[in-house]
Formats: sequence, structure tokens, C-alpha cells
Amino acid sequence: MSAWLLPQASDTAQRVDALFFALLGLGSFVTLAIAVVMVWFCVRYRRGTAADRSNPPAYNKPLEIAWALIPLAIFFGIFYWGARVYAGLYVAKPGAMPIYVVGKQWMWRIEHSNGRREIDQLHLPLGEPVRLVIATEDVIHSFYLPAFRLKQDAVPGRYTSISFTPTRAGTYELHCSEYCGTDHARMGGQVIVMAPADFQRWLAQGHDAASMAARGFATFRRLGCSGCHDARSTVHAPDLTGLPGRTVHLQDGSSKVADDAYIRDSILLPKKDVVAGFDPVMPSFAGQATEGDILELIAYLKSTRKEPE
Amino acid sequence: MTAAVAAPQSYLTEGYTLWSWLTTRDHKRIGILYAITITAFFFLGGVAAGLMRLELVTPAGDLVTADTYNKLFTLHGVVMVWFFLIPSIPATLGNFLIPLMIGAREVAFPRLNLLSWYIYLLGGLFTVAMLIAGGVDTGWTFYTPFSTMFSNTHVIAAAAGVFIVGFSSILTGLNFIVTIHRMRAPGMTWFRMPLFVWAHYATSIILVLATPVLAMTLTLIVLERVLHVGIFDPALGGDPLLFQHLFWFYSHPAVYIMVLPAMGVASEIITCFARKRVFGYRYMAYAILGIAAFGFLVWGHHMFVSGQSVYAGMVFSLLSFMVAVPSAIKVFNWTATLYKGSIEFTAPMLYALGFVGLFTVGGITGLMLAALAVDVHLTDTYFVIAHFHYIMVGGSVMAYLGGIHYWWPKITGRLYSEAWGRAGAVILFFGFNLTFFPQYILGYLGMPRRYHEYSPQFQVLNVLSSAGATILAVGYLLPLFYLGWSLFYGKRAGPNPWQAKGLEWTTPSPPPKDNFDVIPEVDDVPYDYTPARAAA
Repeated sequence: MSAWLLPQASDTAQRVDALFFALLGLGSFVTLAIAVVMVWFCVRYRRGTAADRSNPPAYNKPLEIAWALIPLAIFFGIFYWGARVYAGLYVAKPGAMPIYVVGKQWMWRIEHSNGRREIDQLHLPLGEPVRLVIATEDVIHSFYLPAFRLKQDAVPGRYTSISFTPTRAGTYELHCSEYCGTDHARMGGQVIVMAPADFQRWLAQGHDAASMAARGFATFRRLGCSGCHDARSTVHAPDLTGLPGRTVHLQDGSSKVADDAYIRDSILLPKKDVVAGFDPVMPSFAGQATEGDILELIAYLKSTRKEPE
Repeated sequence: MTAAVAAPQSYLTEGYTLWSWLTTRDHKRIGILYAITITAFFFLGGVAAGLMRLELVTPAGDLVTADTYNKLFTLHGVVMVWFFLIPSIPATLGNFLIPLMIGAREVAFPRLNLLSWYIYLLGGLFTVAMLIAGGVDTGWTFYTPFSTMFSNTHVIAAAAGVFIVGFSSILTGLNFIVTIHRMRAPGMTWFRMPLFVWAHYATSIILVLATPVLAMTLTLIVLERVLHVGIFDPALGGDPLLFQHLFWFYSHPAVYIMVLPAMGVASEIITCFARKRVFGYRYMAYAILGIAAFGFLVWGHHMFVSGQSVYAGMVFSLLSFMVAVPSAIKVFNWTATLYKGSIEFTAPMLYALGFVGLFTVGGITGLMLAALAVDVHLTDTYFVIAHFHYIMVGGSVMAYLGGIHYWWPKITGRLYSEAWGRAGAVILFFGFNLTFFPQYILGYLGMPRRYHEYSPQFQVLNVLSSAGATILAVGYLLPLFYLGWSLFYGKRAGPNPWQAKGLEWTTPSPPPKDNFDVIPEVDDVPYDYTPARAAA
């Protein structure tokens, strides 16, 4: 990697760079223009020159209005451009492949849907849209891919997510960019963008063939979730089959869509959203279920489908 | 030295004992007490920065351990922000000059003024004790849940130091607001006040309104850390983003606490050495108020990648562009002030012109960061470090030193060496740019901040930056010598060595204890270097 040129490895990189260099050009022009005018005044009106100093102006209303409104108009334009590109990061691209990222002092653990896991490395397929779902086990981290012009904080207690398409094969840097303690500077690794076929081959090898959903099912048994939530259970607990994406009616009369964050909260903070008609008897699994476990549980629940009655 | 004995009666001859200084209620002496203490803290913070730059000469983390490095940048941030930059211009030049500029004999609450210095000192003691005990490693931003549940360093002592020093800010702000409202000389209407006073008025309002939020936030940190009350840590049912909102609600306006007084200083210096009325005086005053007001509404631009909602990001981005408009107006008006002037390039003028240039670069790169998508890439990299050092060091510290030079004859009654002064300003300007300009490039290339080791391709730029820091250090140390020298050997200044306008120049240098024998009457707008009518 050349020291003076940062590669553009994603669709976002091109869009961000276009705006960055446009602003750099505009900003340099304005700075230079101000500097030229200042230097010109400084030379022309330095003490002792014979320059014309008659009728020095004290103010000029039209000028003041102009140099307030013209920058404002330009600013609105820049704002709009920046906001458009920004909004695009948070809309999952159609068919985007989900990849789960969990930060932990001081490493990144990454899990693909088929169950392939990696640490401090992220393999990506060239030209195929992906969506990163980012969580953390402890403090705030930030998943930073400079060559992709992408950065997203991993925030305790919630999922964050960004979507993009890798556009250039190669190996790029991966960093943590939110200060997280002792080894913050070492928390990072590599992103490897491969041709789709190579990526599929990579994905298929080197793991025990259990998909995230299969692992989630094992966790579902191991933590004892099935003891209550299984259809055959005698405990009065909501049936979770096909839960993700459904609208859930809550005790307090409100309703929520069961997205990833809702399911996560229901595992760790079960008293937060009690389902209508059920008693708040579920214990919290905070401290027992890791962020990785929860992501796998969610993958398992997504794999379940309500069978037609 | 016998110089002081031969000096005319002044606030300096009112008592020579240490006790007379430690119990003074004279706003001018309190300004000097502040100047001495903040200078000590400036060099403490500077040493931390120097060690960091030394570590960053090589990509490997080989000079200090990761933990030590983390403590160094925390110390640098905490000391520079709260113990130097925030009190810098207001507590020294502001204390000294505001009563003189508005034709008053004192500030409104002289005892409270002295108390504010003692509170500052107490906060400083906590910070030094924290440092001796082993330091703190959270960064000056104290982000949760790292600071509340994960760091095992002296977070509480550090938070206590900052909490305490906040009250000295509040008292200074309160004092200035009442002084400016109630103690202006006859005829000194609002639009006859120097822009320096306007800037301090706006700054004081921010100090009084924003600092309590910082105090509350730090209290909540201590509550969570000690009593495990769930406020910020989600494991306890809290929300870490709440901390960021509260912290930046104070800390973004705090940037304007640092830069508005600098703008006031620059306005005074430029108009004096251009021999020209400040162009668009009223617009300059309105711009100060506009910055202070909008400054409260942009804190969320520190959080574009934090997980706050996309719409919140957009609102904060838009508002951040709005706050840039009054800043742009100020730059244009300073430039226009030079037009048809009669410009003399004294040391203060060089500092002031340097301020305008560096503030412009810092401001324009700030606009780049306000553009949402660009910020996603640049935030938490060295680009941000470079940006805010252009504003706070290139801007505020340049202006502070410019102001110290400009009012040095008034404060001490002596003239410093103009040649050394100019040399110092030029060295500082070059050292500053060499230190911080490479950091913009490092940031764009993707070097995250707060890294004690880094990828080898960043070494060249880091070495340049560290080399610049040594020049910068010379630029900071030089004034200590030639200004110190002038205290004893400098020529007597007389009341108005610059032929400047403004009430502070109508009284002897150094001023008598009560500032004015007769309270002056004001009958014209300020800066009557040139006629007030508009001819353009």
C-alpha cells in the first residue's frame, strides 16, 4: 500500500472521496483567496506606502449580507451532498449478506451466517453487498475500515449496522478507532476482499460445518431457553417460532416489531418488554449469554418458521 | 531589582509581600495570579504532548508502555482544556482588562474573583495529586462505560479536579456578566463596547450555562463508578450515548469558550495596528452572539458514527454549517479591516494575522468534518486532531500570546524587545504548521487517534509532526525569556505605546490600583482610528 494514496475499496469510498476532494478543492480555494487578499492588503497598505487611504469604509451592509448568505447557500449544498451519502450507509442494500461483528477488549470477533468464524480478519466477497451487524461485549469500540471510508461504533447495549459493497480485491487495514483502553492501538487486523468464488470456497472450509443457526439451536438448549419456550413446555412462555419480524403486543398496551435489538433486550432485560398475557417470570441472561451467543440465538430464531396450521 | 521601587505608584506597588498577592482583591493582580498558574499548567500539558510526539517518532510503541501513553494523552487533554485553554484569555486578560475597557474601578465581585482563583488552584491540586498517584487513562472525554466500569485508574480524582475547576469558570463568568451589565462608565453603551468585551460577555454566558452540565455529568460518572447506579452502563440499565450527549452539550460550547475571547483579542490588535476602525463593528458583535447561541445546538456532530439516529445526525450537521456562517463573517471583516489601513507589523499584529490564517484553516476543515459522510471516514482520526488544534492552538493560543504581547506594556509598564517578539511569532507559526498540517494527511490516510503504535507507512508524516513540535516548543519558551527580561530591563512604556484607542490606554502603565483617577465619560463608538461613516 502506497503511503500517499489510500485505495478505494468500496462503493462508499468513491462517494466519500468525491465529496472530500470537492470540499478540499473548495476549501483550499477559499483559504487561498482570503490569504491572497490579506497579503495584498498587507503589502499595499503597510505603513508608509503612498496608497490611497481616502474615505476608509467603516462597514458595508450589502457586502455583509452577501458574505453571510453566499456561504450559507454553499453550506446547504454541502450539507445535502454529505447527508445523502451518509444516509446510504444505513440502508441495507437489497440482498446484502449479513456478517456479525463483535468487539471485545482488544479483538474483533467476526461470524458469518454459515458459522465460519474469524478473529481480527474480515473476508469479503468482491462486488457483493454486505451488511455488518456490530455489537460489543464490553466498552465502546469503533469498527474502522479506512480503505472503505467506513466507520461504525460498537455500542454496548445495542446493535449498530452499516451496509456497503466491496469493489476492489486486496488486503486492507482494519482498526479500532474509539479509544477502548490499554491495547486500543493493537485492536485491529485485516480485511481481505476476494473474488466471489474464492470467497465461497473460503467460507465453506475450515470450520465444523455448524451454521450460526445450528449453533444458536445448541445454545437455545444449553442455556435452558427451550425449557420454557418449547411448545411442549408446561411453563406459560411465549412461543418463539418465527418470532423475528413479527409484531409483538406488550403488557403495557404498546406493540413492537421483534427486531434484533428487541430479541437481545428480551434475553438480557426480560422485564423491559413483557409480552401481553404473560407473567414477567423470565430471569435475565446477562452474564450467561455472550454477545456471540445472542447473535447465534437470533440466527436460530430467524431459521424457524411458523408451520401452517 | 530596584526597578519596582523607582516605578510610579501603581497596582504593582500596592504591596510587595506574597501575602499581599494571595489576599488581593484587585482584578489586575488576580489576572496575574491566573497568568502564572495557567502558564505552569500549560508547560505540564506541553511536556505530556512532547513525550507523546517523541513516542510517535517510531511506529513501534517503544518509548513508553501503552498504559503510560494513554495516561499521557489524557493528562494532556485534561490539563490543556480545563486548566489552560478555558481560563487562558478570560481569567488573565479578561480579568485584567474588562474593568479597564469599560471604565470601571473593579469587577462587580472582587472577593468572588479571588475565590475563583483559589477554586482553580484546588482543582489543579486534585489533578496534580491524581497525576502523582498514577494518572488516569480514560482520555479527556471520559467516555462511558470505559470510565465508569472498566478503567482501574484514578477516574474519580480526575473527575473531581475537573468538577472543582468548573466552579471557578462559573464564578468568573458570573462576575463578568454582572460587571459588564452594571459597571460600564457613563456613555459606554452596548454598541460602544470593544469587541473584546463583547466576546467575553458571550463567553461568560456560555460558562454559566454550560459548565453546570459538565458538573452534573461528572457527578453521574462518580455515582455509577462508586455506587453502581445504572446511568450510562447498559449492563446496569443505562445508556452510554446519554453520556456523550451530556458531555458534548458542555464540551462543544466549551470550544467557543476557548475561541470567542481569542476573536476578541484579534479584533483589538488588528484594528490598532491597521490604524483602522474594525470593519462592520456591529456585525462583528452580532456574529459573536450568533456563535455563542448556535454553539449550544451542534454537540451531536461529535456523534455521527456513535449509533445516534441518522436524522439526529442530519439535524446536527445542518446546525453545524449554520454556526460556521458567523465565523466566516468574522474572518471577512478582519480582512476588510486591513483595507485602506496603515498597517504596522508589530509582534502582536503578527500573532493576530497568524490567528486569522490558522483559524480559517481550522474552520474550513471543520466544515469538511460537518459534512456527514466525510466525517464517517475522518472522525476519530488525526484529521480531527489537526482540525481542533488549528482552532485551539493555532487560534486560541496564538491570540492569547498576541494579547499578552499587546497588553504587556499596560500590564507591566515595560516594553519587550520587538525583534524577539516578531521572531517568536514567526517561529511559532512555522512550528505550528509543521506539527499539525501533516496530521491532516495522516487522518485522511486513516491513522486513528490515541494510538501509541501505528502502521509503518505513517512514519514519515509522524516524524515531520514531531520535528515541528520541537520548533513549536522553542516558540513557546522564547517569550518566557524576552518577556521576563523586559520586566527588569525593558524601556518604560508610558500610558499608550501603541497610540491605541480604548479606555485601558488612557490610564498610566501599569495602571493605578483603582484604574482611573476620574471615571471617564464615553461619547463615541470604539476604535475611532478612522471616521465612523460609511464611505464604501
